Amino acid sequence: LPAAVFLKDTKLMDVKLGQLPSWLAMRDFTPGGIAGAFRRGYDRYYNKYINVKKGGLGGVSMVLAGYVVLSYIWSYSHI
Amino acid sequence: MNLSFFDQFMSPSLLGIPLILISLLFPTLLFPSPDNRWITNRISTLQLWFFQLITKQLMTPLNKKGHKWALILLSLMVLLLTINLLGLLPYTFTPTTQLSMNLALAFPLWLATLLTGLRNQPSIALGHLLPEGTPTPLIPALILIETTSLLIRPLALGVRLTANLTAGHLLIQLISTASTVLLPIMPAVSLLTTIILLLLTILEVAVAMIQAYVFVLLLSLYLQENI
Repeated sequence: LPAAVFLKDTKLMDVKLGQLPSWLAMRDFTPGGIAGAFRRGYDRYYNKYINVKKGGLGGVSMVLAGYVVLSYIWSYSHI
Repeated sequence: MNLSFFDQFMSPSLLGIPLILISLLFPTLLFPSPDNRWITNRISTLQLWFFQLITKQLMTPLNKKGHKWALILLSLMVLLLTINLLGLLPYTFTPTTQLSMNLALAFPLWLATLLTGLRNQPSIALGHLLPEGTPTPLIPALILIETTSLLIRPLALGVRLTANLTAGHLLIQLISTASTVLLPIMPAVSLLTTIILLLLTILEVAVAMIQAYVFVLLLSLYLQENI
């Protein structure tokens, strides 16, 4: 039981492979939880690449390149 | 063969889920809200400078009451600008090529300006239907003409945006197809076509920005008359 409590707080990289299903089951999949995950991901990217002293063109370009790739995937059947 | 050129304008959907929503919401990711620092990051600084520039440009002709419209006109301008420019990237979908969306943007805003004018200053708003100094025999005809031009404004706003962007995208697709097809046959002509394509792309970038500006500018003009 103490191992299960600590399992909830471990990051993904520290979870052992056998514990992965139980770790996934403990994640918060409510709409608020998913929104929180998106917000955390956005904040991580923003603070790493854009909210820096001398941010360059790369921060925005990566987002745009990702958007192009995503649009390619979505429109693949039409090509 | 001909019909395939219009495939790029089909509203994309994945397993029945319309993806146009994502194309519409994506611009919000590109404009982070600036935090309360004196010196923010470069994107926020640029953003603030740009928004102040547009807002000053749009709001100077309006009176004090018109400044209430600053937020919606500014956000509309930025949305259209971003959507148009993003549509120039390869494989992306431009929501503003859909007439339904442009009319949905133009019609309510135009109607709002019209109703504001008719509600707050009805005689002045109706007075715009007759330009000053018209000769008396022409008055009935001119009123009909002005009413028609007034009622056709939302249609003109929507169709102008749609037509400009659709025509641009179609031209790019046609010329690039021609350039690719000509490459094994006549490389020199293919090179010329590629140069035309480059110039056209520069034009399209300009058109994307200008069309967004024109849309919002005309709305602000209609507002000036009525507020």
